[in-house]
Order: sequence, then C-alpha cells, then structure tokens
Amino acid sequence: MTDRTLMWRISGGSGDGIDSTSQNFAKALMRSGLNVFTHRHYPSRIRGGHTYVEVRAADEPVRSRGDGFNFLLALGDSFARNPDDEAYYGKEELKPLYEHFDDLNEGGVIVYDEGLLDEADVTETDLQAEADENGWHVYPMDLRGIAREHGREVMRNTAGVGATAAMLDIDTGYFEELIRDAMSEEVAEANVETLDAGYEAAQEFEFTHDLRVPEGSHDTEQALMGGSAAIAYGALDAGCRFISGYPMTPWTDAFTIMSQNLPQFGGISEQVEDEIAAASLAIGASHAGVKAMSGSSGGGFALMSEPLGLAEMTETPVVLLEAMRAGPSTGMPTKPEQADLEHVLYTSQGDSCRVVFAPANVREAYEQTRKAFELAYDYHLPAIVLYDQKLGGEMRSVPAEFFDREPDPDPGAVLTEDEIAEAAHDNSGKYKRYAFEGENGVNPRSIPGQEGGRFLATGNESQEVGHITEDPNHRTMQMNRRLEKLDHIREELDDRERSHQTYHGPADAEHGILVWGSQQDTVFEAVDRLNARGTEVKALGVSDLMPFPELEVTAFLDSVEECLVVEMNASAQFRGLVQKELGRFGPRMTSLLKYDGESFEPGEIVEGFESSIERSQPPAGNMRIVPASGD
Amino acid sequence: MTAFSAIHDERESDKDDFTPGVEPQPTWCPGCGDFAVLKALKGAMPELGRSPEEVLLVTGIGCSGKLSSYFESYGYHAIHGRALPVARASKLANPGLEVVAAGGDGDGYGIGGNHFMHTARENHDMTYIVFNNEIFGLTKGQTSPTSPKGHKSKTQPSGSAKDPVRPLTLSLASGASYVARTAATNPRQAQQILAEAIEHDGFAHIDFLTQCPTWNKDAKEYVPYTDVQQSDEFEFDVEDRREAADMMYEAETKLYEGEVLTGRFYVDSDRPSYGEEKRATGEMPEEPVAERYFAEDAEWERTADQLVERHK
Repeated sequence: MTDRTLMWRISGGSGDGIDSTSQNFAKALMRSGLNVFTHRHYPSRIRGGHTYVEVRAADEPVRSRGDGFNFLLALGDSFARNPDDEAYYGKEELKPLYEHFDDLNEGGVIVYDEGLLDEADVTETDLQAEADENGWHVYPMDLRGIAREHGREVMRNTAGVGATAAMLDIDTGYFEELIRDAMSEEVAEANVETLDAGYEAAQEFEFTHDLRVPEGSHDTEQALMGGSAAIAYGALDAGCRFISGYPMTPWTDAFTIMSQNLPQFGGISEQVEDEIAAASLAIGASHAGVKAMSGSSGGGFALMSEPLGLAEMTETPVVLLEAMRAGPSTGMPTKPEQADLEHVLYTSQGDSCRVVFAPANVREAYEQTRKAFELAYDYHLPAIVLYDQKLGGEMRSVPAEFFDREPDPDPGAVLTEDEIAEAAHDNSGKYKRYAFEGENGVNPRSIPGQEGGRFLATGNESQEVGHITEDPNHRTMQMNRRLEKLDHIREELDDRERSHQTYHGPADAEHGILVWGSQQDTVFEAVDRLNARGTEVKALGVSDLMPFPELEVTAFLDSVEECLVVEMNASAQFRGLVQKELGRFGPRMTSLLKYDGESFEPGEIVEGFESSIERSQPPAGNMRIVPASGD
Repeated sequence: MTAFSAIHDERESDKDDFTPGVEPQPTWCPGCGDFAVLKALKGAMPELGRSPEEVLLVTGIGCSGKLSSYFESYGYHAIHGRALPVARASKLANPGLEVVAAGGDGDGYGIGGNHFMHTARENHDMTYIVFNNEIFGLTKGQTSPTSPKGHKSKTQPSGSAKDPVRPLTLSLASGASYVARTAATNPRQAQQILAEAIEHDGFAHIDFLTQCPTWNKDAKEYVPYTDVQQSDEFEFDVEDRREAADMMYEAETKLYEGEVLTGRFYVDSDRPSYGEEKRATGEMPEEPVAERYFAEDAEWERTADQLVERHK
C-alpha cells in the first residue's frame, strides 16, 4: 500500500443507495484512469442496518481490500428503527459513523451528514477525542439539506459524492456522465444539481487534509466487473442456456444475472420450489441435450446432495455453483467464509466423482466457470464452482478485452444420429451408453429424441445399456471407469499452458503460504509487503480442489521449509485436504484461520505470518494460529 | 433439419416396439397391478402414433420405478420423489419429446409431494402416472401416504393415526389440468385414460390403483369398479372445478369404504401449458433449445457484444 492509494468508504443503512453510489464512484475513478477494487459489507436486512462499501483506487494494480481505509463518507442510517431510543443493537442511526472508528487510518478524512445525525448524538460517540488522537480531518455537512434543496432527500448520497470530489480533487464530469447515462432526464438533472451543490458546499471548508486522488491512466479500456457477473458471463459464453434455482444469499446474485440475460440469449431460467428440484431440473435439461446449471449457497446446496450423486451415477453433465457464507445452518447469511469445502467435496452418498474449482478473482471466475462446463460436458460429471460472498460481491477493474471471447457451445461428448448408427447396441437395439470400456472412461451420450440412441439412465448401478445390475464384476468395472475420468481430467489440467494454480513471490523463498479460493489475491499483496521489507516468502494459490493438483502442491511444499496455510474457516479444511491428498508435510504446515465473517486484510496476513514464523505472541483480532497434526 | 429425427416421426408403431427385445426379468410379484400400467402404456403409445425414441419415461424409486426398465424408450430412472423435476426440465429443453413420469404413492404424494404440487401448478405438458397401491412395496410393506387410517404395518404397529392423502383433490387444488383415476383391474379404461392423458396439452395426472398382492393382502383388489362417466349414478360436469372437486372427494372417501370409483375427474382443455405461457412472456424460445447445439449454422450470442459494455 502506498500513500497514492485512496480507500474510500461510503456507509449508511441498507436502502440508502450505498451499493449503487459506490459502483458509480468506482466506475468514475476507473474511467479517470485508476485501478479500482471494491469490498462490500452488508447486513441480512432489507431496510436499515449498517452497510458499507469500500472503494480502493490507485494508479498501480489493486487486487484486494486495503488495511483500514482513509476516507469515510458517513451518511448515517436513515432507516434506523429506533432513531431516538437506545436500541438493542446500539444507536443504529449512528452506526455508519462510529463503527468505522477502529478501521480509519491515521490522518483519515470523515464527512458525515449532520442533517441526519444529531449533533449531541455525534458528540456522544467521542468523535472529537478519536479525531484528535488519530489526526483525522472531520467535515460535518448537511447533506440532507443540500439534497432536499436541489433534488430529493434520497439524493444525500449524491451530495456526499460531490463533497468527496471537492475534497479529493476529482473531476465531477465522470460522475455527471454516469448519472446521465443511467437516469431519466428529470431525475438526472436533479442529481447533477445535487452533486454540484455538494461540491460547492464542501469548498466552503478550508481543507486540512493532504489526501488527494491519484492520477492514473489505462493502456486499454477497462470494465468494472463483479465476481457473480463474471461467473454468469463465463456460463453464458460456455453455451449454458438453462438455469434453475431457488433464491439464497449470496448465490442469488449469479442466479439473477443469468435470469435477466438468458431470454435474449435464447435460453431458459426456472425459479423452482426448492433446491432439490433446482438441481434435478438442471439434470433433466442436460439429459435432454442442453448445457445447464444450477447452484445455491451452503444450506441450499445441502438439499442438492442427492441429485448431485444422481448426476455422478447417471453421468449427466451439470455445473453447480456454491456461494459460501458463514455457517453452520443459517449462520451469517451475508458474511463470507470458506467452511463449505468439505461439504462440497464429499456431500452425497458413495465415492465422490466431481470437479471442484475455487477461483481467486473475477478473471478466474469467468475462466474457470467456462472450464467447468467444458469438463462437465466432455467427461459427463458434475463440475462445481465454489466461491463466496467476498468474490461474488467484490468488483474490480479488468481490461475489457479480457472478456472479448468467442463462445464455446460445444455440447461435449455427444453423438449425432449418424454416429449412433455406427455405435454399439445390445440385441434389443439399446445403445451402450455405459459400455464398460470408454475412452478416458467416457462413452459419448445420445440424447432423447435421437434415432437409435435409446438407453436407460439410472441411479442404480447399471450394465452397459443401463439395466440395473448388482453383479460384482460389472460393479467394479463401472466404478473404475467412472473414477478413471478424474485421472484424465487431472492430466488435462496439468497439461494446460496456464495452470489454475497461481504462484507469487520469489521462487527460491524458504517460507511459503498456501491459500485457496477468494483469499488468494489478498495473500499475494501480503507476500509483496513481506518481501519488500526483506522477508523472503512465496505463495501458492490453489483453485483446483478436485481433482487435486498433487504435483504442483507437492513441488511447492517440497521447496519450502515452513508453510502457512491461510483460510477462512475454523477447522483448517484445506490444510486437512492437503494432508489427505499428499499424505505428508504435516509438520511443515501451520494454519492461519479466521471465521468472524470478515475477509482477511493483507496486513492481517503479514501479522499472522510473522507471529507464526517468530513463534511470537498470537495475532490480534479474531485470527487463530493452529499447527497441523503430524503425519 | 432436426437432430432428433425420432420426434414427430410419422412411422407406425405397435405394442412390440415398446417391448424390450432383451427383456429383463420383471422384479414385480405375480399378480402385481404394476403389470397393468406397463401394458396400458405399451398400448396407448402406438394408438397415438408415438415411436419409442421420441418418448422419455422418467421414473422414481420403488417397484413402480422399474417401469422404465420394462418399457422400451429413452428412460431416466431418477431418485425417490424427484422424477417430476427431471421430467419437466427435459420437456422445457426439448418440447418435442413425449414426456411421461411415473412413480408410486410414496414417491409422488410423500417424499416428492412438493414437486407434485408445483409441477401441477405450472401445468407442464406431460403425463404423470402414480402407481397407488396404498403401501410401500419395495421396502416391504410399510404404511404409505395413501394407506387407510388404522392401517397396521411394522412401522405403524398400532395402526396409522393419520388420514390418507386425497390425491385427486390435491392435484386439482395444485393446478393439474387433467385428473383421472383408473385401476389395474380395468385394462381397457386404463389404456383409454392413458392415451387421453398423453394427448392432453398440460399436466395430466393419473392416480392408477395397482393392487399389491404381497404386502397389502387386506386391501381390495379394486373390484368391482365403477366408471363415473359410464354410471348413471353420478352426474357431474368434468370441466367444472366445483363439481369435479365434489366428485373427487366422494371417490376418495368411498375407496376406503370398498367402492372403487374411476374415470376422468377433471379436464381443462383451455388452460395453456407452461411452455406456451413461458413462450408468451418471451422467456422461452420458439425453437427447442436442445436443437441449437446440433445446428451447424447456429449463431451464439457473445457476452462481449451484449453485456460487457455496461461495465465500462
């Protein structure tokens, strides 16, 4: 992190327009030439409740949230239930102000809406004492008054953005452009007036802060992309034309994006009665020849366990998403966690035969979703994209050309009617869809409606045309054939020019960090900082979870003396997977765990790394360091 | 040019075409009512000019689930209670398929009850046959959702304290547009009703009484039966919801008093099927989505052209 980094937070109640305002803010900075990254924090509530979005912007690449932040635009919670009383959860209206005191860096800036927040209440928050101690620059502004005068009260956020622009020296033209693009003329006009009024009102202050927005430029046009959209676009470009689902946070984002776009892509979206049906519908659509997907978050995914096994047994291709949130049970619906790893790897009766990818960022989310479809349809098994509220909800600037890709509608290992005519059938004319020998374990499928291709798909163990069997030899041959597919998939993934695993840091470093899924980029930033201060450390970010990248992880662990394994859960599930898959390296690994609902900050990983290496005092906050059990 | 030339094939077929040349030994007991369903289905399909490879038969788990093993067509033997969601999505993916789902009373009215309700509500153009033998057969005779009150079994040793499910009423309330009951003991009516159900453009539900001679010896063999359309005793308009509801209630009640009332209980020929409704809202393409993957000249939309712009 450098002083050329802006870390701007807008905070308010759910319903105060925090999401949309922050998106526009990030996009404006992106258009101005900066790299941007957003971090989203929200409660499980529709109206009210403290929510914020942090926009990090710099002229250098940003791949993670920062440590703390340096500019707070506190709107206050206009939907607070108990604006006058001491509510059970504390003074709700003020939360979007005082709950940020712990994270705001020294010398930071605060703009708060004194139109909404009562002066006496603000005084009670010890704002003045905190500001004095930390060297904060505080600018109370009547944003509500400005919004009322020039537009409508709900435009407090726009007034705040105008004030921010004045204080950080940002050209309001970028905001104006975005406002005019998105709104009707009348509403846009009121917003632009409010924006300008906020800008002018802020200029009344004599600025005491030094923070200004950096200047930057892009070589190529950028797109502000979120994880859920990247997954959905990856699916659409993979030729997916069917989705079935049931709403559940945070998977709903991807489901919504698919549902809104499938009709004009010639596809079908079905919102159904439950997740058992959702997964079963995707299987039915795929069986009938369409590239199909479903998904959910942990609880809904639990309901998909049985259809997931059916897809494995009937060898029906399907792609499932699992957007993790903090569990167990309902847990914390809007908070990220990585505790569904074992659930996703092993759920459903019998031996698992599935692909599981956990992308690190929006690029990988797009890429690996496409790959999931390719493998599911080439090898006839379920492929799961495992992500979380962090990746799903965060946005970052990515070169738009990255998405300039040709679609891949290939239905995979499927026969045409001409090919069926040449294929092996039994005496009654049934196609040997499940022949004991298949290339790489795969027999291409026929699709209902095709001449000469009839067969029986069944969740029972089956003979070559699908008739049920309990013959021990048939059983063993079929099990071996199905599981063999995973070996071939691993070979295919290992042979790729670009591995799904990401290496970061000096190759000869003796200290290592292993990380998986959405926490990868945060760890890489921490690795950069550690190396910059002279501690040689490198990281391996793992995205392939099944089949496991045995060669790559073995080589990495062989090359380091000690390794910290970073993940957001309490039982070190990924570290356990490494030990299970590799059968050694236990004494070399130590886990850095966090499961408080807040994703890691890079500084926390630096701190955790140092305390694990130096065996010093345990890290602060809610992190835990746990040594691996020996082998 | 279709990639699925079995669909809407004009070729004539007969019963034998729907009989596997290498027929697996049926697991059904001698005297089982399930044979009658198989026979009626084999009879109805050629009557309607269907050929085996345009039919997708999706079954659940239980004795009834074995139907797909003994009927020659594309088959999908799914998991307990989940035949309907698999079947209805196949129909959406390729509306040209003749989709039939089948399962037992435990499968459809118990574990899969939620899917039954919603598939009926959506009125998918498909046929759903429920083998109703008032018992769990394959797991050896436990009380099922349609077992009569007081029914004793190993899992209800003192007799069931529950009233049975009313399958016809449930179907009507949920939204099925064709509801009938037939019995294994009435093969002629069974085939006629199956043929009507398959022809019907919407969700057609048949409660098919299939006696279980092994585990439900006390139950009636479903004889004598009365066809409510043929009998002078019953006057009701099969297209009138209220009259249909009354007739269903009576038939459901009388079954447990030993009187077997069968026939068509509700027919709504006007209600559009789910596919039609969905196409009307613009949320389902006119051409079968499944065809597109096989069409060489198909043009595929790109997110880069249609969606990425708004992120810039």
